[in-house]
Amino acid sequence: MHYLRSVVTIALKDLRSEFRSKESINASLSFAMVVLLLLSFAFDPSAEQVRDFSGGLLWLVFAFASTLILNRSFARELGNDCLDALLASPLPSSALFLGKCAANWVLLMGLELACLPVFGIFYNITWWTQFPGLLLVIACATWSLTIIGTMFSALTVNLRLRELMLPILVYPMMIPALLGAIQLTTDLMAGKPIAADNELWLRLLIGFDIIFTALSTALVDTVLVG
Amino acid sequence: MNAVEVDKVWKYYGDFAALRDIDFKVDEGDCVALLGRNGAGKTTLLRIIAGLSRPARGQVRIRGGDVRDQETRRRIGLLGHGIAVYDELSAFENLRIFATIYDVPDPAKRAMEWLERTGLDRVKDGLVREFSRGMRQRLAVARAFLHEPSVLLLDEPFTALDDRAIAVLQGLLAQARSAGSTIIMSTHQLREALELASNVVLINRGHIGFQGVRTAEMLEDPGWLYRNYGEV
Amino acid sequence: MREKLLYAVALIAGILLARNLYVILLKLPDEARQDAIWRIFTFHLPAAIASGSGFFLALVFSGAYLAWRNLKWDALAASITEVSFALAIVTLVTGSIWARIIWGVWWAWDPRLTSYFICLLIYAGYLMLRRVIDEPTTRARLSAVLSIFGFVDLIVVWKSIEWWKTLHPGPVLSIRTGGGRIDPNMESAAWWNVLAFVMLAILLVAMRMRQEETRREIDALRRVVHTV
Repeated sequence: MHYLRSVVTIALKDLRSEFRSKESINASLSFAMVVLLLLSFAFDPSAEQVRDFSGGLLWLVFAFASTLILNRSFARELGNDCLDALLASPLPSSALFLGKCAANWVLLMGLELACLPVFGIFYNITWWTQFPGLLLVIACATWSLTIIGTMFSALTVNLRLRELMLPILVYPMMIPALLGAIQLTTDLMAGKPIAADNELWLRLLIGFDIIFTALSTALVDTVLVG
Repeated sequence: MNAVEVDKVWKYYGDFAALRDIDFKVDEGDCVALLGRNGAGKTTLLRIIAGLSRPARGQVRIRGGDVRDQETRRRIGLLGHGIAVYDELSAFENLRIFATIYDVPDPAKRAMEWLERTGLDRVKDGLVREFSRGMRQRLAVARAFLHEPSVLLLDEPFTALDDRAIAVLQGLLAQARSAGSTIIMSTHQLREALELASNVVLINRGHIGFQGVRTAEMLEDPGWLYRNYGEV
Repeated sequence: MREKLLYAVALIAGILLARNLYVILLKLPDEARQDAIWRIFTFHLPAAIASGSGFFLALVFSGAYLAWRNLKWDALAASITEVSFALAIVTLVTGSIWARIIWGVWWAWDPRLTSYFICLLIYAGYLMLRRVIDEPTTRARLSAVLSIFGFVDLIVVWKSIEWWKTLHPGPVLSIRTGGGRIDPNMESAAWWNVLAFVMLAILLVAMRMRQEETRREIDALRRVVHTV
């Protein structure tokens, strides 16, 4: 219970900080819009074939825009040496980590749900026909992105070239989850529900989430303290 | 059981031994001045004592418990270089967060108490980024003390403090000492440190150059220590 | 002692490679459907096996470092990862050449090649991480964690890409098919080359480790000088 309260305290702190300054939110939202625009130049939105890779386009936007939020995650603790104060406190490193993951997940979900209607308008895609399924997929895949991104934010927090290292490390690791998300999202936005033939992608996503949440929670103390 | 026990601590940066066989005990109620030149290893040692860094060999125990244990860390108060409060949050929110993390019974109430004690109650809802430097320093002190730690770790506490903040800090330290708290203070400011200290530990190139009681002689001639036990 | 051992390994590896090249290029005939290019398989497969095992060993040694914090484990993990990285590039290049001759394309998104490419990206990140961290103990700790993440991810990548596509020739080694899919002479040539590549890899790792140790020594000396 006390552990949970710590996690919530950290999550709320991060969210409150972010909503006051709005630095990452504004930057990532703007970036997402720019990427959406650029992609619509690269792939003609009126073409029928676009439906075949709608999932891919959407997750490209999410993957790029998310790094701005994820990079900030542990970096925000460096100013004023707050990270030291937190690590010296009774707060377990894993609680600090999970609290930040929770905050990042909320921010990323917000970003993605804001992008979805814009995407639908630009590409003339009705994304709401299988909305519960779509929401589930987005939630699980966003958690994958969150867990890997936050973990590497912790790993790179004290390094020079931090902003460069984070995408380099995160994107290759994310490939299985992005693959699953893309397959499912394309199907769901075409109106096809999650059934026997694409259900294995959902299992991949959930498996990915479980494995990497466990691994990250176990190793985050080694990364932050030693 | 000692308040702080540094038990044969070694720290390596690669193959370079930054700290070599550091071994000393601090009794309850002592105030230790941790002295040494730049690069001697003071900050490295203090970070290990605070549980921020893991020694390659040896262990640090606070009242018998390993410093990496959750329970033990509840007793530590850390005042480092940075003020360790969040610019985007208010003074009250900052203190309440730390009070919650330290498991203080009524976090909001304790936060208010400490805002009053450091003279920040009238700006409790002001965001830290709008504070003056002195106000930020006083908030930092409040954060470090609000959970009533029995062991205080201070890294260069008097550097860069303005007069009001120094006064507040000195008052709190004196209070803490009379309440029986243990203090370890790493510093360059020999005079202030030696005035407050009951014991001295001098770190010289990664090992202990001198450890013992602070004498009147040291107080009269602060350079004495460095001349006799400092670097060759 | 160590020097002598390494010279012995170098000698054996050299002889083995020479013998293998002779057998592969001169003694064995062309294959029925693939003509001469099948021979590249005898390099492609050993490179793949050596690098794959290398990455697994890197995981083990990274775990060993985190458990015992002796920098020798870190030097071993880093050296093995670098050598495996080079061998993975060999795997991809030989695979690509084979694909060009047989399928007519330099790159086909077949599962194994794709997974190997992702593997290269993951470990390129590892090598880059090691470059940006100057302090040896921090470098060892953080890259050990990354190595663990990398290998676990590689397993997930492997499976997921397999589900995504299937184009690669199926297993031909008799340990996987029970015999009959490849001429025994050709198969044995491949296995001999596996041995040669493994010895070569050991040699390269040993040389790289020596380099790591020297680097640490220099770093330590520099720190001593700075404190004077």
